[in-house]
Amino acid sequence: MTAALRQDAAPVAAPATAPLVSVEGLTVKFKGGDGSIAAVNGVDFTLERGKVLTILGESGSGKSVTLKAMMRLHPARKTTYGGRIMIGGRNILALSERELVQVRGSVVSMIFQEPMLAFDPVYTIGHQIAETVVRHEGVSRRDADKRALDLLEMVQIPSAARRLKAYPHEMSGGMRQRAMIALALSCRPDLLLADEPTTALDATVQMQVLVLLRQLQREMGMAVIFVTHDMGVAAEIADDVAVMYAGRFIEAGPVGPVIGKRLHPYTEGLLASTVHGASRGERLETIPGSPPNLAKLPSGCSFAPRCKYVEPCCRETDIPLFHPEPDHSARCLRIDR
Amino acid sequence: MAYAATTTPAKNTDPRDRGGEAQPLLMVKGLLKYFPVLGGVLNRKVASVQAVDDVSFEVAKGETLGVVGESGCGKSTTARLLMRLIEPDAGSVIFDGEGVGEQHGLSVRDMRRSMQMVFQDSYASLNPRLTIEETIAFGPRVHGVSGKEARDRARALLGKVGLDPNLFVRRYPHELSGGQRQRINIARALALEPRLVIFDEAVSALDKSVEAQVLNLLNDLKRDMSLTYIFISHDLNVVRYISDRVLVMYLGKVVETGTVEAIYGNPRHPYTRALLSSMPSMDPAQRTTAPALTGDPPNPINPPSGCRFRTRCAFAEGVCAMVEPRLEIVADAERHAAACHMEIAGSGHSKAIPQLAPQIGPQITGAVA
Repeated sequence: MTAALRQDAAPVAAPATAPLVSVEGLTVKFKGGDGSIAAVNGVDFTLERGKVLTILGESGSGKSVTLKAMMRLHPARKTTYGGRIMIGGRNILALSERELVQVRGSVVSMIFQEPMLAFDPVYTIGHQIAETVVRHEGVSRRDADKRALDLLEMVQIPSAARRLKAYPHEMSGGMRQRAMIALALSCRPDLLLADEPTTALDATVQMQVLVLLRQLQREMGMAVIFVTHDMGVAAEIADDVAVMYAGRFIEAGPVGPVIGKRLHPYTEGLLASTVHGASRGERLETIPGSPPNLAKLPSGCSFAPRCKYVEPCCRETDIPLFHPEPDHSARCLRIDR
Repeated sequence: MAYAATTTPAKNTDPRDRGGEAQPLLMVKGLLKYFPVLGGVLNRKVASVQAVDDVSFEVAKGETLGVVGESGCGKSTTARLLMRLIEPDAGSVIFDGEGVGEQHGLSVRDMRRSMQMVFQDSYASLNPRLTIEETIAFGPRVHGVSGKEARDRARALLGKVGLDPNLFVRRYPHELSGGQRQRINIARALALEPRLVIFDEAVSALDKSVEAQVLNLLNDLKRDMSLTYIFISHDLNVVRYISDRVLVMYLGKVVETGTVEAIYGNPRHPYTRALLSSMPSMDPAQRTTAPALTGDPPNPINPPSGCRFRTRCAFAEGVCAMVEPRLEIVADAERHAAACHMEIAGSGHSKAIPQLAPQIGPQITGAVA
């Protein structure tokens, strides 16, 4: 089974075939000045090794919060987690700080939208990659330097030997993002988390990085969770897509059906409002209103205030997941009819 | 100019029109801006960033000109030069027949009344200490409108951009969402009743569902207020949707221009083709397997000689390094011009057609002769 939202665990799931990642009922709440904000409200999914799950959503939908929760990167004092995150047999939410440091980088690692902020500006790229390798794998400095060079060549940075001695500010945006990928892959993680890594790049460079990521993912047999707001990027990289709204997966399934045979009105609206293919002068279909305030979510379906098919029953109870296809699911009462 | 006339049949009713229907609203000739790079012990100029290098184009009345290109290609600098937010080193801008900032021409102050700009960062471009009403009324008051009238105008504009005046006039920018703030920026740009509005990545920071709302709004406003747009974006889908004509820039130069149909249907410059094939396909069955271009755009401090794209071009030959290709018309009907040696007859490139006996079509240095 791929990254579909299947809550009824597969009966055949022996430990040997257990998925790499399994997330059950994940909730993330932040304590703020005035009450708490429910950023993630019950997310379930599983992800196999060697698969790419894309979480698609608008700003404030909770996609980046979900991703950071996978590494427990939120500030501990202000964050309350609920549910369970299992990665490679480890219960991430139950690990001690010390164990967590071991897991970050070697089992799970992450790339960000703005690599300039992720690198330390006062050390060279080569130094930072080698340091990570020494820290996690305990190899000698010389071997680590060798590995850093191999990694830069792997991410197709031209004249890699010279680039090892470069500082982050001396590189272009596309080059920095490649170096960031090299750093993230330096300890051969099982799971790579990618938080909009191509959003800040130019169109031609974005496609280079997407093709590179897909190639590396296949070669290393790595699982990837890729967060984006761009439907086109999802179509390029995903095996499975989960559409997120107000802290929940409202639709999930393999990329073809989610784009081609979408079930949820929000996914439908999102696709209709992208200008792909819309011809000039034609009015774009829009989703009225804006995403809900996470501090006070509406009862029932959180998309109901913006939905064109809304009925009174939508506001009454929480909407369960419906599975019209075994691997394609959505939270909408219209599916049940 | 037949094209402009067909898109805006009602243009001649505008009392502000001075040059007549055939006069392009904006003519830009040889616009040039080199930013100095200071360095050394004495902090002297050691090099220059050739941000905008000999850029020429026209915008017809009622038209939307889309400007596309990657970061560092000079599209935002061009916008700022047009608004005189930075002084150009050379070149002229003619607004409806009058030279901007020239003797007996249009003063920069009057130009700004007719030409307004909306920026990408909706929060940074609003004053956090002014209410929405004060923000929108500010421009008209500076230009001599009475306080009462300016406030009335602000309320009317809020309605036009789809925000309830009674709810929003007293609010401050931090109380609004990104989409609402961008609507305020649009209302502010329209407060002086401009004829040309420049949008510099104005929808890039918005969510897709909000982006569609704002694009619809822009189309409505253009129709209702007989506006002309220059729409700068890196998003090729958005530019195709909103524009009549497109200008493709690379490293400070215009490399191709033409109608939307010509640019998207029959791109002639290898850079335009690469840019278009870098658009995600939206079809998981037809994924891009190899990127169209390798590497990043070169540094604009020392751009390559000859054709600036040659370092990333699959078709580069000796002539490309030696001679800079001029922007030449490739299809007259679509006002389609490209700056590539492969399109110039007799240029010496192996893929160019050999020199034709009589020159077909006029040779031009700007976008359109």
